[in-house]
Amino acid sequence: MIDRHADIVAKFWPVLSLILGLAVIVALAQLGPVSIERMVIKALIMMIVVIGLYTFIGNSGLLSFGHSTFMVISAYMSAWLTMPVMRKKIMLPDIWSGFGQMEMHVLPGALLAGLLSALVALIVGIPLMRLSGIVAAIGTFAVFTIVTVVYNQWDSYTKGASTLIGLPTYVDLWTAFGFVAGALVIAHLYDRSKFGLSLRAARDDLVAAKAAGVNFVLQRLIAFVISAFITGIGGVLYVHFTATITQANLLYLNLTFITIVMLLVGGMRSLSGAVAGVIAISVVSEGLRAVEKPVGVSGLGELGLAVFMLVILAIRPGGISGGKDIPLPACLRRKI
Amino acid sequence: MLDRCGGLDFELIALQYAIDALSVGGLYALAALGIGLIFGIMRLVNFAHGDFLMMGCYAMFLLAAAIWPLTILGGVLIAILVALITERVAFRPLRSADPTILLAASFAVSFFLQNFVLMIMGGRALGVDIVPALNQHIAWESLSISVLNLFTIALSIILMGGLSLFLTRTRIGIHMRAASEDVRMARMLGVRVNLVVAAAFAISGLLAGAAAIVILGKTGLVLPTMGLRLTLVAFVAVIIGGMGSLTGAVIGGYAVGVLEVVLGGLLPLAILPYREALIFTVVLLFLLFRPGGIVRVAALKERV
Repeated sequence: MIDRHADIVAKFWPVLSLILGLAVIVALAQLGPVSIERMVIKALIMMIVVIGLYTFIGNSGLLSFGHSTFMVISAYMSAWLTMPVMRKKIMLPDIWSGFGQMEMHVLPGALLAGLLSALVALIVGIPLMRLSGIVAAIGTFAVFTIVTVVYNQWDSYTKGASTLIGLPTYVDLWTAFGFVAGALVIAHLYDRSKFGLSLRAARDDLVAAKAAGVNFVLQRLIAFVISAFITGIGGVLYVHFTATITQANLLYLNLTFITIVMLLVGGMRSLSGAVAGVIAISVVSEGLRAVEKPVGVSGLGELGLAVFMLVILAIRPGGISGGKDIPLPACLRRKI
Repeated sequence: MLDRCGGLDFELIALQYAIDALSVGGLYALAALGIGLIFGIMRLVNFAHGDFLMMGCYAMFLLAAAIWPLTILGGVLIAILVALITERVAFRPLRSADPTILLAASFAVSFFLQNFVLMIMGGRALGVDIVPALNQHIAWESLSISVLNLFTIALSIILMGGLSLFLTRTRIGIHMRAASEDVRMARMLGVRVNLVVAAAFAISGLLAGAAAIVILGKTGLVLPTMGLRLTLVAFVAVIIGGMGSLTGAVIGGYAVGVLEVVLGGLLPLAILPYREALIFTVVLLFLLFRPGGIVRVAALKERV
């Protein structure tokens, strides 16, 4: 009996260890000042996005410059579903009456918004996933541009270039943590599934995988859809944390870059890398910001962060995690 | 579109559009060449290319008080210098790394350069008029042709011609082509890869500096993020043209330029805000039907 429990723990150890570690961080952050709390929440939200990216990029080996598309799509969807009716009347008077009279609970709202992104990923993924390497990345970027331009012009639903305000705020430390844990579990289950295995086989040796009967387009598509769902939910939390959605192309473009760098610095070949990258970059960037204030030169922090990224990429090309998961403690290993 | 141009002859309108398309396309081709050259040799998709341009623009802004040849020369030299320093400090230690890592490194370089400028010059757009002569228009028949457009066309043709001569007639140019065919083989045959890569970055900086003159002439503004759009467009141009082929990069640059000008002219005003979306729709369709680009390169095919 005990052995069976140990077995399950061992199976889920890579994700369990991450969740436990994060729980400790969150509990500690709760004791700290509000500024630390906000910083940790922000990092947790980024972590969801990076876990989403990892699910696709890490397993498929393809890059995507378009994942912010899913943040945007889900963010607005969640706003349409969950904003208070009165506020919608003021902010978005011309929205479809179905949305206009709806005031959904935030959790189903977030999940539905994530599903919309998954659907979009399914539709655009069918043609895109046939592409290889950098061409696929630019293809996803083209999708991003098309979607943001359209959303930017779609005044009655998005308020166009101005900011949509008044979203319900519900993202506190433990909510963010709960969503991260959920994302980790989904990503891990996918990693361990035969789909994840097939996709990694295609990543490592496309020709051999094809010969073994792996339909790489389908496998990529599955990862892309799951990844879009997770990233989309990250986008939902991102805007519900600040209660506003800014339709700024540049903001989301920068998010794309910073999340990709987070994943690569952490290590794109394991889930622990996604978590480590977000923690490392957040800690270094906040730490430098704290140092820069007494020095009196604003902007030094960003320069330091850039140097940190370059150094990590140079000395640890596999990222901080090096593609490895957190090893099982010896006491558990003995039981199996 | 035709009613917007009033009663002009069709030929004259066509000429006006041809000049616009050639100048926008020339600018994109210059940027695409800068990115394509580096990609060919070290498989680095350099997202910091636009920031070389941005640094050149800021240098010109700071030197604006000098006589204009000095302003321009200074800006171009700074762009070259930044490219060379970037290569030496950031990319050389990563030479053997995976292309994805190189790409991420170029994000970091871009992030560094933009924040460096932000720290020193601030984030507000600053206005400058480097060469007033470029802003004039020549009246011809019933057309008014901008000097800047003619200058851009001439500049891009001269630089492309020069680059083509350099790559075919000089020793280092030939080495550069050899390295982009097969770096390992070239190294074994005595090509000094460090020198060749540094030279490629210098040329890339030169091309960025040249594009900086055009952009600054066009907008008259400097901004830390000003290089981003050109980088992205050039990147698209390189992919459409065919990764790894310089001819492809030039064709891709002109293709995107023509597309932009034609869509800008033909679209009704109501749809004009969607121009960027339409451009990328065309790009997307193109990628789906011809993922290898216009000019396909054998060296990029994975061997089994």
